[in-house]
Amino acid sequence: MIRTEFLCKSFGRLDVLKDISTEIKKGEVVAIIGPSGGGKSTFLRCLNLLEVPTRGRVYVDNVDITTPGVDIKKIRQNMGMVFQHFNLFPHKTVLENVTYGPCKVKHLSKADAEKLGLDLLSKVGLEQKAGVYPSRLSGGQKQRVAIARALAMQPEVMLFDEPTSALDPEMVKEVLDVMKELVRSGMTMAIVTHEMGFAREVANRILFLDSGRLAEDAPPDIFFTNPRSERACQFLEKVL
Amino acid sequence: MVLDFVELSLRDYALLGQATGLNLDFSKIVPNIPFMLQGVGVTLAFTIVSALIGFAWGTILSVFKISTFKPLKWFADFYTSIFRGTPLILQLAIIYFSTPQLIGYAIPPFQAGVITFSLNSAAYSSETIRGGILAVDKGQREAAMTLGVAYPLMMWDIILPQAFKNILPALVNESIALLKDSSLVSTVGALDLMRRGQIVAAEKFIYFEPLIFVGLVYYVMVMTLTWVAQRFERRMRASD
Repeated sequence: MIRTEFLCKSFGRLDVLKDISTEIKKGEVVAIIGPSGGGKSTFLRCLNLLEVPTRGRVYVDNVDITTPGVDIKKIRQNMGMVFQHFNLFPHKTVLENVTYGPCKVKHLSKADAEKLGLDLLSKVGLEQKAGVYPSRLSGGQKQRVAIARALAMQPEVMLFDEPTSALDPEMVKEVLDVMKELVRSGMTMAIVTHEMGFAREVANRILFLDSGRLAEDAPPDIFFTNPRSERACQFLEKVL
Repeated sequence: MVLDFVELSLRDYALLGQATGLNLDFSKIVPNIPFMLQGVGVTLAFTIVSALIGFAWGTILSVFKISTFKPLKWFADFYTSIFRGTPLILQLAIIYFSTPQLIGYAIPPFQAGVITFSLNSAAYSSETIRGGILAVDKGQREAAMTLGVAYPLMMWDIILPQAFKNILPALVNESIALLKDSSLVSTVGALDLMRRGQIVAAEKFIYFEPLIFVGLVYYVMVMTLTWVAQRFERRMRASD
Protein backbone atom coordinates (compact mmCIF):
# COMPACT_ATOMS: atom_id res chain seq x y z
CA MET A 1 0.00 0.00 0.00
CA ILE A 2 2.67 2.50 1.10
CA ARG A 3 6.36 1.79 0.68
CA THR A 4 9.33 4.00 1.40
CA GLU A 5 12.82 3.46 0.04
CA PHE A 6 15.81 5.18 1.60
CA LEU A 7 13.63 8.07 2.66
CA CYS A 8 15.69 11.07 3.84
CA LYS A 9 14.54 14.45 5.01
CA SER A 10 16.71 17.36 6.09
CA PHE A 11 15.72 20.75 7.36
CA GLY A 12 18.72 22.85 6.51
CA ARG A 13 21.68 21.01 8.00
CA LEU A 14 19.52 18.99 10.36
CA ASP A 15 18.95 15.44 9.13
CA VAL A 16 15.54 14.47 10.49
CA LEU A 17 15.10 11.22 8.60
CA LYS A 18 17.92 8.93 7.54
CA ASP A 19 17.32 6.19 5.00
CA ILE A 20 13.96 4.92 6.16
CA SER A 21 12.88 1.90 4.15
CA THR A 22 9.71 0.16 5.19
CA GLU A 23 6.30 -0.85 3.99
CA ILE A 24 2.75 -0.52 5.26
CA LYS A 25 0.58 -3.26 3.82
CA LYS A 26 -3.11 -3.06 3.15
CA GLY A 27 -5.15 -3.66 6.28
CA GLU A 28 -2.15 -3.24 8.52
CA VAL A 29 -2.11 -1.01 11.59
CA VAL A 30 1.33 0.44 12.16
CA ALA A 31 2.22 2.43 15.25
CA ILE A 32 5.17 4.79 14.96
CA ILE A 33 6.75 5.52 18.31
CA GLY A 34 9.97 6.92 19.66
CA PRO A 35 11.45 9.84 21.53
CA SER A 36 10.54 13.45 20.70
CA GLY A 37 12.50 14.81 17.79
CA GLY A 38 13.11 11.33 16.49
CA GLY A 39 11.38 12.07 13.20
CA LYS A 40 8.04 10.30 13.75
CA SER A 41 5.81 13.13 12.57
CA THR A 42 8.13 14.04 9.72
CA PHE A 43 8.08 10.43 8.53
CA LEU A 44 4.28 10.38 8.59
CA ARG A 45 4.08 13.72 6.80
CA CYS A 46 6.39 12.43 4.09
CA LEU A 47 3.92 9.67 3.31
CA ASN A 48 1.42 12.14 1.83
CA LEU A 49 4.04 14.68 0.83
CA LEU A 50 3.09 17.34 3.36
CA GLU A 51 6.85 17.25 3.71
CA VAL A 52 8.76 16.69 0.52
CA PRO A 53 11.53 14.15 1.09
CA THR A 54 15.05 15.36 0.46
CA ARG A 55 16.01 11.99 -1.02
CA GLY A 56 14.48 8.56 -1.41
CA ARG A 57 11.15 7.36 -2.71
CA VAL A 58 7.62 7.00 -1.43
CA TYR A 59 5.37 4.57 -3.29
CA VAL A 60 1.62 4.60 -2.80
CA ASP A 61 -0.05 1.66 -4.54
CA ASN A 62 3.19 1.22 -6.49
CA VAL A 63 3.14 4.80 -7.78
CA ASP A 64 6.22 6.80 -6.87
CA ILE A 65 4.63 9.97 -5.53
CA THR A 66 7.95 11.80 -5.31
CA THR A 67 8.29 12.00 -9.09
CA PRO A 68 7.32 15.38 -10.49
CA GLY A 69 4.03 15.44 -12.35
CA VAL A 70 2.24 13.01 -10.06
CA ASP A 71 -1.25 14.29 -9.20
CA ILE A 72 -0.64 14.45 -5.46
CA LYS A 73 -4.14 15.85 -4.82
CA LYS A 74 -5.65 12.68 -6.21
CA ILE A 75 -3.39 10.54 -4.02
CA ARG A 76 -4.07 12.59 -0.91
CA GLN A 77 -7.82 12.09 -1.36
CA ASN A 78 -7.13 8.46 -0.73
CA MET A 79 -5.09 9.13 2.41
CA GLY A 80 -6.98 10.63 5.30
CA MET A 81 -4.98 12.54 7.87
CA VAL A 82 -5.71 13.50 11.46
CA PHE A 83 -3.56 16.15 13.14
CA GLN A 84 -2.45 16.75 16.69
CA HIS A 85 -4.18 20.13 16.74
CA PHE A 86 -7.31 18.96 14.88
CA ASN A 87 -7.14 21.75 12.27
CA LEU A 88 -10.90 21.93 11.90
CA PHE A 89 -12.15 24.83 9.80
CA PRO A 90 -13.32 27.30 12.45
CA HIS A 91 -15.65 29.22 10.15
CA LYS A 92 -17.59 26.12 9.15
CA THR A 93 -20.02 24.09 11.23
CA VAL A 94 -19.20 20.54 12.27
CA LEU A 95 -21.29 19.12 9.43
CA GLU A 96 -19.80 21.57 6.91
CA ASN A 97 -16.34 20.50 8.03
CA VAL A 98 -17.19 16.89 7.32
CA THR A 99 -19.01 17.51 4.02
CA TYR A 100 -16.52 20.02 2.63
CA GLY A 101 -14.25 17.44 1.02
CA PRO A 102 -17.01 15.27 -0.47
CA CYS A 103 -18.84 18.37 -1.81
CA LYS A 104 -15.93 20.37 -3.18
CA VAL A 105 -13.43 17.69 -4.12
CA LYS A 106 -15.54 14.68 -4.97
CA HIS A 107 -18.46 16.80 -6.18
CA LEU A 108 -21.13 14.87 -4.33
CA SER A 109 -24.54 16.52 -4.21
CA LYS A 110 -25.25 18.45 -1.02
CA ALA A 111 -27.90 15.93 0.03
CA ASP A 112 -25.62 12.94 -0.51
CA ALA A 113 -22.73 14.62 1.26
CA GLU A 114 -24.90 15.52 4.24
CA LYS A 115 -26.25 12.02 4.46
CA LEU A 116 -22.71 10.69 4.46
CA GLY A 117 -21.60 13.37 6.91
CA LEU A 118 -24.38 12.69 9.40
CA ASP A 119 -23.73 8.98 9.12
CA LEU A 120 -20.05 9.49 9.96
CA LEU A 121 -20.86 11.93 12.77
CA SER A 122 -23.14 9.35 14.33
CA LYS A 123 -20.32 6.81 14.06
CA VAL A 124 -18.10 9.08 16.13
CA GLY A 125 -21.03 9.88 18.43
CA LEU A 126 -21.45 13.53 17.49
CA GLU A 127 -24.57 13.58 15.33
CA GLN A 128 -26.23 16.06 17.69
CA LYS A 129 -23.33 18.52 17.22
CA ALA A 130 -23.75 18.75 13.44
CA GLY A 131 -24.90 22.37 13.44
CA VAL A 132 -22.46 23.91 15.91
CA TYR A 133 -19.11 25.56 15.25
CA PRO A 134 -15.89 23.78 16.31
CA SER A 135 -15.19 26.42 18.97
CA ARG A 136 -18.12 25.01 20.95
CA LEU A 137 -16.58 21.54 21.13
CA SER A 138 -14.18 19.97 23.62
CA GLY A 139 -10.80 18.77 22.39
CA GLY A 140 -11.94 15.16 22.24
CA GLN A 141 -15.03 16.11 20.28
CA LYS A 142 -12.96 18.19 17.88
CA GLN A 143 -10.67 15.28 17.20
CA ARG A 144 -13.59 12.95 16.59
CA VAL A 145 -14.98 15.46 14.08
CA ALA A 146 -11.54 15.62 12.45
CA ILE A 147 -11.57 11.84 12.11
CA ALA A 148 -15.05 11.98 10.58
CA ARG A 149 -13.88 14.69 8.18
CA ALA A 150 -10.96 12.55 7.03
CA LEU A 151 -13.18 9.47 6.68
CA ALA A 152 -15.68 11.43 4.59
CA MET A 153 -13.28 11.22 1.66
CA GLN A 154 -13.54 7.42 1.99
CA PRO A 155 -9.79 6.96 2.06
CA GLU A 156 -8.02 3.63 1.89
CA VAL A 157 -5.49 4.57 4.51
CA MET A 158 -5.59 6.86 7.53
CA LEU A 159 -2.58 8.72 8.91
CA PHE A 160 -2.73 9.87 12.54
CA ASP A 161 -0.21 12.43 13.76
CA GLU A 162 -0.25 12.27 17.57
CA PRO A 163 -4.06 12.44 17.66
CA THR A 164 -4.32 12.44 21.44
CA SER A 165 -1.27 14.50 22.40
CA ALA A 166 -3.14 17.81 22.63
CA LEU A 167 -6.04 16.40 24.63
CA ASP A 168 -6.89 16.56 28.29
CA PRO A 169 -6.34 13.13 29.84
CA GLU A 170 -10.03 12.39 30.30
CA MET A 171 -10.67 12.94 26.59
CA VAL A 172 -8.05 10.58 25.30
CA LYS A 173 -10.21 7.50 25.66
CA GLU A 174 -13.11 8.74 23.53
CA VAL A 175 -10.71 9.38 20.65
CA LEU A 176 -8.88 6.08 21.07
CA ASP A 177 -12.24 4.27 21.13
CA VAL A 178 -13.15 5.78 17.77
CA MET A 179 -9.77 4.72 16.41
CA LYS A 180 -10.21 1.18 17.75
CA GLU A 181 -13.54 1.03 15.96
CA LEU A 182 -11.72 2.04 12.81
CA VAL A 183 -9.14 -0.72 13.35
CA ARG A 184 -11.96 -3.25 13.68
CA SER A 185 -13.40 -2.07 10.35
CA GLY A 186 -10.14 -3.15 8.71
CA MET A 187 -8.79 0.30 7.84
CA THR A 188 -5.11 0.58 6.99
CA MET A 189 -3.63 2.94 9.55
CA ALA A 190 -0.34 4.60 10.41
CA ILE A 191 -0.38 6.15 13.86
CA VAL A 192 2.24 8.34 15.47
CA THR A 193 1.48 8.08 19.15
CA HIS A 194 2.76 8.27 22.69
CA GLU A 195 0.00 5.98 23.94
CA MET A 196 2.04 2.80 24.44
CA GLY A 197 -0.87 0.75 25.76
CA PHE A 198 -2.93 1.67 22.74
CA ALA A 199 -0.09 0.94 20.32
CA ARG A 200 0.47 -2.44 21.87
CA GLU A 201 -3.21 -3.27 21.77
CA VAL A 202 -4.12 -2.31 18.22
CA ALA A 203 -0.95 -2.29 16.16
CA ASN A 204 0.23 -5.14 13.97
CA ARG A 205 3.67 -3.59 13.83
CA ILE A 206 5.68 -1.07 15.75
CA LEU A 207 8.12 1.24 14.01
CA PHE A 208 10.57 2.70 16.49
CA LEU A 209 12.22 5.87 15.20
CA ASP A 210 15.19 7.33 16.99
CA SER A 211 17.37 10.19 15.75
CA GLY A 212 15.93 9.82 12.28
CA ARG A 213 16.69 6.12 11.98
CA LEU A 214 14.29 3.23 11.90
CA ALA A 215 15.82 1.55 14.93
CA GLU A 216 13.25 -1.19 15.20
CA ASP A 217 10.47 -2.70 13.12
CA ALA A 218 8.73 -5.48 14.99
CA PRO A 219 5.37 -6.88 16.08
CA PRO A 220 4.25 -5.27 19.35
CA ASP A 221 4.67 -8.40 21.46
CA ILE A 222 8.29 -8.73 20.49
CA PHE A 223 9.00 -5.00 20.60
CA PHE A 224 7.54 -4.43 24.05
CA THR A 225 8.91 -7.56 25.69
CA ASN A 226 12.15 -8.15 23.92
CA PRO A 227 13.44 -5.15 21.95
CA ARG A 228 16.63 -5.70 20.00
CA SER A 229 18.12 -2.23 20.11
CA GLU A 230 19.76 -0.61 23.10
CA ARG A 231 17.91 2.64 22.39
CA ALA A 232 14.49 0.96 22.40
CA CYS A 233 15.29 -0.65 25.74
CA GLN A 234 16.13 2.71 27.24
CA PHE A 235 13.04 4.31 25.76
CA LEU A 236 10.71 1.58 27.02
CA GLU A 237 12.26 1.73 30.47
CA LYS A 238 11.27 5.40 30.66
CA VAL A 239 7.75 5.21 29.26
CA LEU A 240 6.43 1.91 30.60
CA MET B 1 7.42 79.07 31.96
CA VAL B 2 4.29 79.30 34.02
CA LEU B 3 3.90 82.94 33.09
CA ASP B 4 4.30 82.12 29.40
CA PHE B 5 1.59 79.59 29.56
CA VAL B 6 -0.84 82.00 31.26
CA GLU B 7 -0.05 84.71 28.74
CA LEU B 8 -0.61 82.39 25.83
CA SER B 9 -3.90 81.06 27.04
CA LEU B 10 -5.13 84.55 27.83
CA ARG B 11 -4.27 85.70 24.35
CA ASP B 12 -5.96 82.71 22.77
CA TYR B 13 -9.03 83.35 24.79
CA ALA B 14 -9.11 86.95 23.69
CA LEU B 15 -8.74 85.98 20.01
CA LEU B 16 -11.48 83.43 20.27
CA GLY B 17 -13.78 85.97 21.86
CA GLN B 18 -12.95 88.42 19.15
CA ALA B 19 -13.68 85.95 16.38
CA THR B 20 -16.97 84.92 17.95
CA GLY B 21 -17.84 88.51 18.39
CA LEU B 22 -16.88 89.32 14.82
CA ASN B 23 -18.67 87.31 12.23
CA LEU B 24 -19.59 83.69 12.87
CA ASP B 25 -23.07 83.09 11.57
CA PHE B 26 -24.12 79.61 10.59
CA SER B 27 -27.56 80.81 9.52
CA LYS B 28 -25.89 82.28 6.45
CA ILE B 29 -25.22 78.85 5.00
CA VAL B 30 -28.60 77.31 5.79
CA PRO B 31 -29.92 77.82 2.22
CA ASN B 32 -26.82 76.05 0.91
CA ILE B 33 -27.10 73.00 3.14
CA PRO B 34 -29.10 70.87 0.66
CA PHE B 35 -26.56 71.69 -2.05
CA MET B 36 -23.69 70.63 0.20
CA LEU B 37 -25.44 67.49 1.43
CA GLN B 38 -25.83 66.31 -2.15
CA GLY B 39 -22.10 65.86 -2.01
CA VAL B 40 -22.54 63.07 0.54
CA GLY B 41 -23.87 60.80 -2.21
CA VAL B 42 -20.96 61.66 -4.48
CA THR B 43 -18.40 61.12 -1.73
CA LEU B 44 -20.00 57.81 -0.72
CA ALA B 45 -20.16 56.66 -4.34
CA PHE B 46 -16.43 57.34 -4.72
CA THR B 47 -15.64 55.59 -1.48
CA ILE B 48 -17.78 52.50 -1.92
CA VAL B 49 -16.88 51.82 -5.55
CA SER B 50 -13.18 52.44 -4.90
CA ALA B 51 -13.19 50.37 -1.72
CA LEU B 52 -14.80 47.38 -3.46
CA ILE B 53 -12.55 47.47 -6.51
CA GLY B 54 -9.52 48.22 -4.35
CA PHE B 55 -10.34 45.32 -2.04
CA ALA B 56 -10.78 42.87 -4.91
CA TRP B 57 -7.59 43.99 -6.65
CA GLY B 58 -5.77 44.11 -3.33
CA THR B 59 -6.78 40.50 -2.66
CA ILE B 60 -5.39 39.44 -6.03
CA LEU B 61 -2.17 41.35 -5.34
CA SER B 62 -1.83 39.76 -1.91
CA VAL B 63 -2.09 36.30 -3.47
CA PHE B 64 0.60 37.38 -5.96
CA LYS B 65 2.76 38.41 -3.04
CA ILE B 66 2.70 34.98 -1.43
CA SER B 67 3.05 33.20 -4.76
CA THR B 68 6.02 30.91 -5.26
CA PHE B 69 6.14 32.15 -8.86
CA LYS B 70 8.63 34.98 -8.33
CA PRO B 71 7.67 37.34 -11.22
CA LEU B 72 4.16 37.68 -9.76
CA LYS B 73 5.62 38.55 -6.39
CA TRP B 74 8.05 41.04 -7.94
CA PHE B 75 5.24 42.70 -9.86
CA ALA B 76 3.02 43.05 -6.78
CA ASP B 77 5.86 44.36 -4.63
CA PHE B 78 6.89 46.88 -7.27
CA TYR B 79 3.28 47.96 -7.74
CA THR B 80 2.87 48.56 -4.03
CA SER B 81 6.11 50.50 -3.78
CA ILE B 82 4.99 52.85 -6.57
CA PHE B 83 1.62 53.63 -5.03
CA ARG B 84 3.00 53.94 -1.54
CA GLY B 85 6.00 55.92 -2.66
CA THR B 86 4.20 58.78 -4.40
CA PRO B 87 1.51 61.22 -3.21
CA LEU B 88 -2.09 60.28 -3.84
CA ILE B 89 -2.88 63.71 -5.25
CA LEU B 90 -0.09 63.26 -7.79
CA GLN B 91 -1.50 59.88 -8.82
CA LEU B 92 -4.89 61.48 -9.28
CA ALA B 93 -3.43 64.33 -11.31
CA ILE B 94 -1.54 61.91 -13.55
CA ILE B 95 -4.60 59.83 -14.23
CA TYR B 96 -6.94 62.77 -14.70
CA PHE B 97 -4.73 65.21 -16.59
CA SER B 98 -2.22 62.95 -18.32
CA THR B 99 -4.28 60.08 -19.64
CA PRO B 100 -6.10 62.29 -22.17
CA GLN B 101 -2.74 63.38 -23.51
CA LEU B 102 -1.61 59.79 -23.71
CA ILE B 103 -4.61 57.95 -25.15
CA GLY B 104 -6.82 60.79 -26.32
CA TYR B 105 -9.69 59.89 -24.03
CA ALA B 106 -11.00 62.74 -21.86
CA ILE B 107 -11.53 60.87 -18.64
CA PRO B 108 -14.42 62.18 -16.48
CA PRO B 109 -13.53 63.17 -12.89
CA PHE B 110 -15.55 60.32 -11.37
CA GLN B 111 -13.73 57.67 -13.40
CA ALA B 112 -10.35 59.23 -12.74
CA GLY B 113 -11.08 59.34 -9.02
CA VAL B 114 -12.34 55.78 -8.80
CA ILE B 115 -9.42 54.44 -10.82
CA THR B 116 -6.86 56.31 -8.71
CA PHE B 117 -8.37 55.44 -5.36
CA SER B 118 -8.94 51.79 -6.31
CA LEU B 119 -5.37 51.33 -7.52
CA ASN B 120 -4.00 53.16 -4.48
CA SER B 121 -6.18 51.43 -1.94
CA ALA B 122 -5.32 48.04 -3.45
CA ALA B 123 -1.63 48.72 -2.85
CA TYR B 124 -2.22 49.36 0.83
CA SER B 125 -4.79 46.66 1.50
CA SER B 126 -2.73 44.03 -0.35
CA GLU B 127 -0.16 44.34 2.44
CA THR B 128 -2.86 44.01 5.09
CA ILE B 129 -4.46 41.02 3.38
CA ARG B 130 -1.09 39.35 2.90
CA GLY B 131 -0.47 39.69 6.62
CA GLY B 132 -3.92 38.26 7.30
CA ILE B 133 -3.27 35.26 5.07
CA LEU B 134 0.07 34.53 6.71
CA ALA B 135 -1.55 34.77 10.15
CA VAL B 136 -3.94 31.91 9.36
CA ASP B 137 -2.66 28.78 11.07
CA LYS B 138 -0.72 26.63 8.62
CA GLY B 139 -2.63 23.62 9.88
CA GLN B 140 -5.65 24.98 8.00
CA ARG B 141 -3.74 24.76 4.76
CA GLU B 142 -2.51 21.27 5.58
CA ALA B 143 -5.99 20.08 6.49
CA ALA B 144 -7.28 21.33 3.14
CA MET B 145 -4.33 19.78 1.30
CA THR B 146 -4.92 16.37 2.85
CA LEU B 147 -8.52 16.50 1.64
CA GLY B 148 -7.10 16.97 -1.86
CA VAL B 149 -8.46 20.51 -2.22
CA ALA B 150 -6.92 22.49 -5.08
CA TYR B 151 -4.98 25.66 -4.20
CA PRO B 152 -7.43 28.28 -5.57
CA LEU B 153 -10.38 26.61 -3.87
CA MET B 154 -8.47 26.30 -0.62
CA MET B 155 -7.61 30.01 -0.75
CA TRP B 156 -11.17 31.00 -1.50
CA ASP B 157 -13.04 28.71 0.90
CA ILE B 158 -10.64 28.16 3.77
CA ILE B 159 -7.82 30.71 3.99
CA LEU B 160 -9.28 34.02 2.79
CA PRO B 161 -12.47 33.93 4.94
CA GLN B 162 -10.33 33.47 8.03
CA ALA B 163 -7.81 36.07 6.89
CA PHE B 164 -10.54 38.66 6.25
CA LYS B 165 -12.05 38.05 9.62
CA ASN B 166 -8.71 38.70 11.29
CA ILE B 167 -8.01 41.90 9.40
CA LEU B 168 -11.52 43.37 9.43
CA PRO B 169 -10.55 46.25 11.74
CA ALA B 170 -7.63 47.11 9.46
CA LEU B 171 -9.90 47.03 6.42
CA VAL B 172 -12.31 49.40 8.15
CA ASN B 173 -9.39 51.74 8.76
CA GLU B 174 -8.53 51.52 5.10
CA SER B 175 -12.12 52.42 4.13
CA ILE B 176 -12.10 55.36 6.53
CA ALA B 177 -8.87 56.63 5.02
CA LEU B 178 -10.41 56.21 1.59
CA LEU B 179 -13.55 58.13 2.60
CA LYS B 180 -11.47 61.07 3.77
CA ASP B 181 -8.96 60.89 0.91
CA SER B 182 -11.83 60.98 -1.56
CA SER B 183 -11.99 64.72 -0.81
CA LEU B 184 -8.99 64.98 -3.15
CA VAL B 185 -11.32 64.59 -6.14
CA SER B 186 -12.38 68.13 -5.42
CA THR B 187 -9.11 69.11 -7.08
CA VAL B 188 -10.23 67.65 -10.42
CA GLY B 189 -13.66 69.22 -10.27
CA ALA B 190 -15.87 66.37 -9.04
CA LEU B 191 -18.78 67.79 -7.05
CA ASP B 192 -18.13 65.89 -3.83
CA LEU B 193 -18.78 67.10 -0.31
CA MET B 194 -15.48 68.96 -0.06
CA ARG B 195 -15.86 70.72 -3.39
CA ARG B 196 -19.38 71.81 -2.55
CA GLY B 197 -18.18 73.29 0.71
CA GLN B 198 -15.56 75.27 -1.17
CA ILE B 199 -18.10 76.44 -3.74
CA VAL B 200 -20.40 77.74 -1.03
CA ALA B 201 -17.46 79.39 0.69
CA ALA B 202 -16.38 81.16 -2.47
CA GLU B 203 -19.91 82.18 -3.36
CA LYS B 204 -20.72 83.69 0.04
CA PHE B 205 -17.20 84.79 0.83
CA ILE B 206 -17.34 83.04 4.20
CA TYR B 207 -15.04 80.15 4.93
CA PHE B 208 -15.43 79.07 8.48
CA GLU B 209 -19.07 78.01 8.45
CA PRO B 210 -19.24 75.91 5.24
CA LEU B 211 -15.92 74.19 5.91
CA ILE B 212 -16.84 73.41 9.50
CA PHE B 213 -20.17 72.10 8.30
CA VAL B 214 -18.48 69.88 5.72
CA GLY B 215 -16.03 68.68 8.36
CA LEU B 216 -18.90 67.76 10.63
CA VAL B 217 -20.56 65.74 7.86
CA TYR B 218 -17.30 63.85 7.20
CA TYR B 219 -17.00 63.17 10.91
CA VAL B 220 -20.54 61.80 11.14
CA MET B 221 -19.92 59.56 8.12
CA VAL B 222 -16.71 58.16 9.59
CA MET B 223 -18.34 57.57 12.98
CA THR B 224 -21.28 55.81 11.34
CA LEU B 225 -18.92 53.60 9.35
CA THR B 226 -16.99 52.76 12.52
CA TRP B 227 -20.17 51.89 14.37
CA VAL B 228 -21.49 49.66 11.58
CA ALA B 229 -18.11 47.91 11.35
CA GLN B 230 -18.03 47.27 15.08
CA ARG B 231 -21.47 45.67 15.03
CA PHE B 232 -20.55 43.60 12.02
CA GLU B 233 -17.34 42.48 13.68
CA ARG B 234 -19.17 41.46 16.84
CA ARG B 235 -21.54 39.33 14.77
CA MET B 236 -18.65 37.64 13.00
CA ARG B 237 -16.96 36.89 16.31
CA ALA B 238 -20.07 34.97 17.30
CA SER B 239 -18.60 31.82 15.74
CA ASP B 240 -15.49 32.00 17.94
